[in-house]
This record gives sequence, structure tokens and C-alpha cells, in this order.
Amino acid sequence: MHLTSPSFKQNAAKALADPGLQKALAFTRPAFPAKRAAAVAGLPEFERLREIGRDIKNHTLAHLDFYLETWAANVERAGGTVHWCATADEARAAVLKICQEVGARTVTKGKSMISEELGINEHLEAHGIAPVETDLGEYILQIRDEGPSHIIAPAFHLNREDWEESFRKVHTDLPADRVFHERRDILTEARSRLRQKFLAADVGITGANFLIAETGSSVIVTNEGNGDLTQTLPKVHIALASIEKVVPTLEDACSLLRLLARSATGQDYSVYTTFSTGGRRAGDLDGPEQYHVVLVDNGRSNMLGTEFQDMLRCIRCAACMNHCPVYFSVGGHSYGWVYPGPMGSVLTPGLVGVDKAGNLPNASTFCGKCESVCPVKIPLPGLMRHWREREFERHLGPQSVRRGLGVWGWFARRPGMYRAATRVGAWVLGKLGGRDGRLRRLPLAGGWTGTRDLPAPEGDTFFARYARAQRKGAA
Amino acid sequence: MTDRPRVALFVTCLVDLHRPTIGFAAIRLLENAGCQVEVPRAQTCCGQPAYNSGDRATTRDIARTVIDAFSGYDYVVAPSGSCAGMLRHHMPHLFDDDPNTRARADALAAKTHELISFLTDIRGMTEVTAAYAGTATYHDSCSGLRELGVKAQPRTLLASVAGLSLTEMSEPEVCCGFGGTFCVKYPDISTRMVSDKTRDITATGADTILAGDLGCLLNMAGRLRRENSPVHVRHVAEVLANMTGDVPPIGEGR
Repeated sequence: MHLTSPSFKQNAAKALADPGLQKALAFTRPAFPAKRAAAVAGLPEFERLREIGRDIKNHTLAHLDFYLETWAANVERAGGTVHWCATADEARAAVLKICQEVGARTVTKGKSMISEELGINEHLEAHGIAPVETDLGEYILQIRDEGPSHIIAPAFHLNREDWEESFRKVHTDLPADRVFHERRDILTEARSRLRQKFLAADVGITGANFLIAETGSSVIVTNEGNGDLTQTLPKVHIALASIEKVVPTLEDACSLLRLLARSATGQDYSVYTTFSTGGRRAGDLDGPEQYHVVLVDNGRSNMLGTEFQDMLRCIRCAACMNHCPVYFSVGGHSYGWVYPGPMGSVLTPGLVGVDKAGNLPNASTFCGKCESVCPVKIPLPGLMRHWREREFERHLGPQSVRRGLGVWGWFARRPGMYRAATRVGAWVLGKLGGRDGRLRRLPLAGGWTGTRDLPAPEGDTFFARYARAQRKGAA
Repeated sequence: MTDRPRVALFVTCLVDLHRPTIGFAAIRLLENAGCQVEVPRAQTCCGQPAYNSGDRATTRDIARTVIDAFSGYDYVVAPSGSCAGMLRHHMPHLFDDDPNTRARADALAAKTHELISFLTDIRGMTEVTAAYAGTATYHDSCSGLRELGVKAQPRTLLASVAGLSLTEMSEPEVCCGFGGTFCVKYPDISTRMVSDKTRDITATGADTILAGDLGCLLNMAGRLRRENSPVHVRHVAEVLANMTGDVPPIGEGR
């Protein structure tokens, strides 16, 4: 996926001025938080579950080699194949090879963020294989040639009228009087087109919400059932998964599933939760002949053992972005890569480099809402701050900011000098504020005064006034 | 500890520079709560501008001066959830590799409180003697709310202010978009967030917006003034200490 994170500021400015996007964001903004709050209120042990979720993930990451090897052995025992891929290139090649070996011409796909990260669709197309996205949101984005703007609701940035327009562009036989008033109308249209694709596909590619070491299973959750058709109808099922998806036991996976849907959509459980263990066995009525898991690192192991290891707990529920005021101001595409919102602001610098994605961890007020809703208690603001530290160490931020901070830091370490300097500053700003008590413009402060007045200081510092009051009291 | 604890006031850099009245309001409230208040001279800032810019070395230097200046008191109290949160939750971890300083930072963290929650939770204050004619709405500043659990405390005390009625925003817990240096590094996004906030404030019909952190207040006041809004902006301590007659609302002239 093309990286535009370095131009985050320009992306954001464009997004803020885009009435269609702003309409879509305003429409969806209240929905997810309200649904999550209701789901959490209905489960008294939810806070305890968050701790359990965190601990399961921490334990697994501390013994990741053991659990991955156990999982892989159990996949093989169940007749499946594991492809260990260190890089995106290796993963793309592995997927292509599996497809080519069965002479695949079309491939159906369940929604998968790792597929976006790896650029699977582009790679298959370049080799003459047609990928067909079957998740409703991804289906429309494929028509529009756009990437997802949200990790569980990929077409978050679209309005209903965009759907109709996109359908009419490719479903050219649609009657002119066909209505798209409701979600159901949209769904029916996509479903009618996709049914044939499901039946014709040679390979089905899905992601994986969890890999279970104990059983060698992969798990996906969906609300549309498209994932099940994708992975059961074709001859070959490929599950794409990154290394941090593994959990030790079936019970651990179930604990995390109790957190996942509640945190994501506010459902108690997703409509479909599907466990895949190997391919079709003798006597099975359906299922793929071949079951492959393409297991991807792509930079994640570099985060192990660092302050960023906590990020590998993420179960991709999207609660952080669903509650993020920055996300709801600029939308997902502004972040400029696969993963938007707070989780993307931590993960993206880890995978593409903080030199390219430095804006993301900086574009946060550290309001802490994301951390407060994270089902596995990832300290997202703290991790963003760690990225700022890495940036500072490498002198990657703007020089002007660094210089300003240097001057301020010099004074802040010297209370006497600081007192003198702030007295002058307070007096000058107080005077400039005049009778109005505010400044409408201030040189070098356009970032503030472009859109806000600057309230003027009272005119004398607290310490000056306090010292006077003390002297008067003593006299 | 005596029944009249020695409390060091952590003034905060913004209150020092911008609105000393909040510092004096804090002193009055603490004295009314039976505390003996002192103001250590050797204080500047809690270090967040450096901390949140990734400059850990400067942050640690500032933190050492804070620890030195504030260690000899029963309590440390700040009229800001953000600065109190810095001392309470973040400062100790700056010294994870320095056990001696870490122990001192832990001791400081344990006795540091945000002003309003200190008055209610530690000093047992349930009411104040103050009057304010108007309808106010209260913004829950992020650090105070999520790092220190400041939510009910200011509302409890405001309920005792004569003449004041409190009305809630639809999203009082959503960030105002200040975020320290965020507001000037990403002014477009910050403006969008504070505009959402001022819309929410306006929709309540309140004539006054109160909060416990001057950074958020400057941001909201700056936007409200630019929008020519009639809504007044004040720190909650000014109202609780009955000092609203001493100084005009934030961003307004005399």
C-alpha cells in the first residue's frame, strides 16, 4: 500500500476540508462508543476480562517462539501447511506460489488488514490472478480503487450515495429505478453479484483473528458470513496471519473473543466465529482440500523486547480509533498507510520507520481515551511518547521546535532566570492584550492565533505577586 | 502528621505566567480546608513540554529540581490535573534506572494531588462558601479525568455554590484539542476539536464554562472569543474560592 504518512499534515488539511468525509465521520461518530458502552455495561466482569486479555497476550509474547512452533506443529498434524515469511516480499511470493500451483484464476478474499499491509491484491493482479473482495465494505472499495479507512469498517469514509454511485459504475445492468435507501438494499445488490464469485473461486484468502497453539486452528470473526464462504467453498484456503496472532489455548481465544466484539462493534459476539483446523478430512461434507497459513513477521519481531512490545497485544478491535477525536477529525486515510488511529500511530512507525511516520505519534493530544477503552490495555499514549523520544534522539523533528524547546528547557532548569524571564513575558503579553484581555494576532504564534484569540495574561506573574504579598504580610 | 498539614503549592507554569489568581484561589481553598500552605520558590514547570516532545534528558533534569523542591512537605497540590498527573504517574518512571531518585520520586508521587480532588477526597471538604450567579457547564480535562479520576469532585463542590446551576455537555469527557504543543503543531486538527467543544458548550445554554486545567481553558477561551461567543471561561478554583470578582473571565477585558 502506498505510504503517505510523511504528508500527514497535508492529508489532514484536505480531509478537514472534505465535506463528504466530514459528513460520513459526523454520522458514524456517536455510534460505536454508544454501542461499546452498552455492551460493557452488560458485562460486570469486563474490566477483569481486560486484565485477563492483557495477561494472555503478555504471556504469549514472552514465549512467542514456543507457541508459534507448537501451533505450527499442530497445523501440520491436522494436514495444513505453514509458510514462515520474514518479509512482505516472502509472504506475497508464498501466496502467489500457492495460487499458481492450483492454476488459480480468481481468488475470493475475506477482509484482512494484513493483506492490505502486504499488498496481496496488487501482487496477484500483476500475475494475472483476479482477487475479489467479499466483505461488503472492501467490495465497494475495490470498485473505487481505495484503501480501507478503518480496520473493522473499511468504508467508514463513505456516505450512502457513494455506494449507489459506485455500484452503478460497475453494475451497468442495474435498472435506473433501483433504490438504495437502506443498508439492506446495498447488501442485497452486493450479495447477488458475489454469489457467483464465491462458487467460481479457485482459492479463498482470509485473515486470522487468532491462531491457537493448542489445536493448530485459525479463527476468523465476521458479521456477513463472507469469510465462511471464502474459506470453505474453494479448493484452497490461505489464512494470512502475523506472528502476534497466536494464543496458547482454545480457552484463551474464547476469553479474547469475549473482549473483541464488545470492544469493536458493541456486539456480545460477532455473527460468525469460525475455527479452521486443517483442510477437509475424509468424510467431511465440505471444506477446502488444502489449508495453508502464511505466517508473517514483516518487522514485528523487531518490536519484541523493546518498549513497543506492548503494541503486539493488539487484537484489532478498533476501539481506540472509534473513540479518538483526532481520528474523527481527519478520518483514516490521513494517517497515510494501512493502520489508522491510535493503534496505527504506534504500529506504523514500528513497521515503516519513525523517520517516515513520525507525524502519527505526534498528532495526539494524549487525551488517553484510547488507552481507557483498549481491551488489552495497551498504553497507546505512552508508546506514542516513546516514538517521540526515538525521533528526538535521531533529530528527526523540525529544527525550530527543537531550538524553541532548548531555550525553554534552559530556563526551566534555572528557577531564578525563569522567574525573571516569565515576569517580562507576562508583562509584555498583558500589555499587548490591552483592555480587551486578548490578542488577536501574535508574531510566531500563528498556529494559535490563526483560529483562536490568545487570552492575555493578568500582567504580573504569580511568583511576583506572591512575593509582594509575603513582604506585605511580614511588614 | 498534624491536623494542619503542610501543603506545598505546585503553582504550574501556566498559572504563574498567565493567571496568578488561580494560584491565590488555590491557597485560599487549601487554607479553608485547614492546610498550612507554602510555595516553594525553586519551581518552574512539571516538565511536560519536554516530556511530550521526547526530550527525556531535559525532563529528567526538571524532574530532579521538582523532587528537590517538593520533598519536604506532607502534600503537594496543583491546580491542574495534567501537572499533578505528571508528578504522580510519569515522573517516577523517568528514574527506572536510578533506584535512589526513583524512591524519592515515588514518595513525591504518593503525596501529590490535583487541587479539587485533594479538597474533597483527602480533606473531606463537601461544600464551599461562595456565590456565582449563572449557569455553568464543566469540562473534564483529560489527564485529571483519566489519570486521577477527577469527575465527581468538582461537581460536588460546585453544587454548594450559591446561585450557580450546573448543566452538562453531551460530551464533557471529550478532549478540547489543546494537548500542550499539539495545539500549535497541528493547529488545523486542534481547531476542529476545540470547535466541536465550543459547539457542545454553546448547546448547553450555559453562560460559563469551567474546568480544572488552565491549558484547556486558554484553548476553549481563545476559540470562544474568536467566535464572539458570550460564554465566560473560568478555572473552577476561582468560583469555589469566591474570587470571580477579583479578575475578569479568561480572555476578557475589564
